[in-house]
Amino acid sequence: MPSAVDDTSTTASSADAQAIGIGLAIPALVVLLAAAMIASLSIGRYSVGLGDLATLVSGWLGIGPGRAGVAEPVWRVVELVRIPRMLIGGFVGAGLALSGAVLQGVFRNPLVDPHVIGVSSGAAFGGVFAILLGLGAAALWSMAFAFGLAALLLVVMMSRKAGRSSILMLVLSGVVISALFSALVSLATYLADPNDTLPAIVFWLMGSFASATPERALLMVPIVAVFALPLMLMRFRINILSLGDEEARGLGLKVEPTRWLVLCCVTGITAASVANSGIIGWVGLVVPHFARSLVGPDHMRLLPASALLGASFMLLVDVMARSLIPAEIPLGVLTAIVGAPVFMILLHRTHNEGW
Amino acid sequence: MIEAQSLGFRYAANAPWLFCDLSFSLAPGQTLVLLGRNGRGKTTLLKCMAGLISPTAGSIRSKGIVGYVPQHFASPFAYSVFDVVLMGRARHVGLFSNATAVDRQRAAQALETVGLQAFARRSIGTLSGGERQLVLIARALASEADILLLDEPTSALDFRNQAVVLSMLRRLSTERGLTIVMTTHEPTHALEIANRAILLYGAGHNEEGPVASMCTEEKLSALYAISMKKLAYTTGEGQTSSIVASYASIDR
Repeated sequence: MPSAVDDTSTTASSADAQAIGIGLAIPALVVLLAAAMIASLSIGRYSVGLGDLATLVSGWLGIGPGRAGVAEPVWRVVELVRIPRMLIGGFVGAGLALSGAVLQGVFRNPLVDPHVIGVSSGAAFGGVFAILLGLGAAALWSMAFAFGLAALLLVVMMSRKAGRSSILMLVLSGVVISALFSALVSLATYLADPNDTLPAIVFWLMGSFASATPERALLMVPIVAVFALPLMLMRFRINILSLGDEEARGLGLKVEPTRWLVLCCVTGITAASVANSGIIGWVGLVVPHFARSLVGPDHMRLLPASALLGASFMLLVDVMARSLIPAEIPLGVLTAIVGAPVFMILLHRTHNEGW
Repeated sequence: MIEAQSLGFRYAANAPWLFCDLSFSLAPGQTLVLLGRNGRGKTTLLKCMAGLISPTAGSIRSKGIVGYVPQHFASPFAYSVFDVVLMGRARHVGLFSNATAVDRQRAAQALETVGLQAFARRSIGTLSGGERQLVLIARALASEADILLLDEPTSALDFRNQAVVLSMLRRLSTERGLTIVMTTHEPTHALEIANRAILLYGAGHNEEGPVASMCTEEKLSALYAISMKKLAYTTGEGQTSSIVASYASIDR
């Protein structure tokens, strides 16, 4: 009786070396995030020294002088401007990267990102509509959120109407709804007053964390956290969804309810980030790829790695945005300029054996 | 155990039956092979048994966990062999939980059963077709399946790997009492490992019975619409037989 199948290519030792590299990747990403956080707190038009930063941190921990040990502008800048901005930037980056990684897994397509299910465009239209009507920040927030959810519902209804709610129908419906809301955004932009509302719309759409305030951070952070937590807990389920409907069903998974639960969480995160800082592209596409090249495709490791890397990436891009030139560069522009070449390199390096 | 009562399937109310009035019952440790030409409903019947599609008529009842083994591993992601086997634990892991030490242990045992423990960390994409088929079987074993449903598990394999997979299935049924159902285009494989066979002629014509009375030259020739011969011969391992198609019968 034949006992074993023929062996092929790679050796056990290279697999071991790879496993060690994967083990180190997450701690390395934590260190990177810490560095990005420090950079985000200290670099800017008003530079905060590392010594002052350490004094403030020791004050928060109750082991040092804190505010008393630094000049007043320093703690005001750090506590009222930089920390909210860091929190918002970090959570937006982590949330978008996490959403991208999850969607790529669930749709089994490495080229998917949060824009694909139409949520970004829906939320963008909601925000633009609010600006067009001259409504305040709270209204902008709620409308972006509401229209993001509405876009998801439309996608759900369309893909159901079209028969079996398959992945292909879902993606196609997403593209259609996305195109519809993009057109509505264009219409709103066309109708906007060129002296007043048009610039507001354009700058909001291009993305910025410049409007960060402690109140906004307090609103934004819990929302992203509430939607990100279930995704983190469902990592094993997301692995199984990534096998495709039939295999997942064959393994005993209730595919559709699980997938919709995942999509609702992604919608919450995406709508919250668009509402807060406009459309920031590329993070949800590029960061999961980069993370996958570090820790492999297993979502158990990929999701934390993507979130860590997304937060670091966003913070560093934001630092660049506010320090490269005297004026702030829109984030969406910078993420594209940084993301496009990185993505091309990643695609070039991808092996034939899978993502 | 699987029990089917007058099972039937058709794609639409006015479409012809793919199979109909199909009743059979399989005890633990028994192996059933589904034979038939392309498009005659082998995979459909298997998916009905797996609960992936509902039959148009009749009912199917299975006792125990059903492990469905697809023909190919279709994920675009380069999961490690161990990760793939661990996914077999899906039924045992809660919605908001992750695989526990017990799950990992069961996955490791399943991988050991198919003899691929040394491949655990390899990416599934680097494995040969035979190895991948064994990984998919290990995944079903990790689910603690009592019933294995395999869709053409030997179709893309070379002769040696076909033998590896068949002997693995035989071992799982005799040693562990698993109920096994597989589709195949090789009636010889039915002779090798099966107790029972279902012949799907298409257009609602089908029969079920012990493998010896199903895999006759006359029935198989009718089933495949080509002359089939059963050859009995002696090898170093003893008396054996193979079923072959007479390809020349088509041209002349």
